[in-house]
Amino acid sequence: MSYTDRIRGIIDDSDVALFMKGTPSLVMCGNSDRALRALRRAGAPVTAVDILPDPQIRQELSALSGWPTIPQVFVRGELVGGADIVEELEASGELERTLREKLGNGYAEVRTEETVALV
Amino acid sequence: MSTQPLRELLEQAFPDATELQVTDRTGGGDHFHVLVASPSLDGLSLVDQHRRVYDALAAPLADGSIHELRISTKGAT
Repeated sequence: MSYTDRIRGIIDDSDVALFMKGTPSLVMCGNSDRALRALRRAGAPVTAVDILPDPQIRQELSALSGWPTIPQVFVRGELVGGADIVEELEASGELERTLREKLGNGYAEVRTEETVALV
Repeated sequence: MSTQPLRELLEQAFPDATELQVTDRTGGGDHFHVLVASPSLDGLSLVDQHRRVYDALAAPLADGSIHELRISTKGAT
């Protein structure tokens, strides 16, 4: 069974989708942690997806995004990048600017964090 | 793996690089940080700049010899 349709659905329907190793409550990789922390600092609502339960999730995600590494962050369907880019954008203030642009000025007022399981 | 083969791949992909560094972050030969500054990256988004680096290092990324890759990129300006 393929994950691609569900991955695409999460990317398209989430304000901010974070594909990561582990979950926000149990992060399994330093880079996923860096991306999550940068998103939290920017006040981003996060829909997190753990790619570890099945190696096929990562394969299909990378085939879809053309991005070879984890984590991957998407804002309203568009790839923002991995941990390095998200940290860089957060430090320069550009991440918050992008979030305001795409989600509206009040995006951080009600901050949500949810985890979606694919398996 | 040592940093040298990665450096060579990046030199081939960015012959006009003004800065090119490959660092073994842990000494274990599989966690690397690469820094590339090149006029050929000018005007590209960060995502596209990083994609150029991933393309250059596609082989060692695919065969698992790079376990973790941190990337810093800059245009020439």
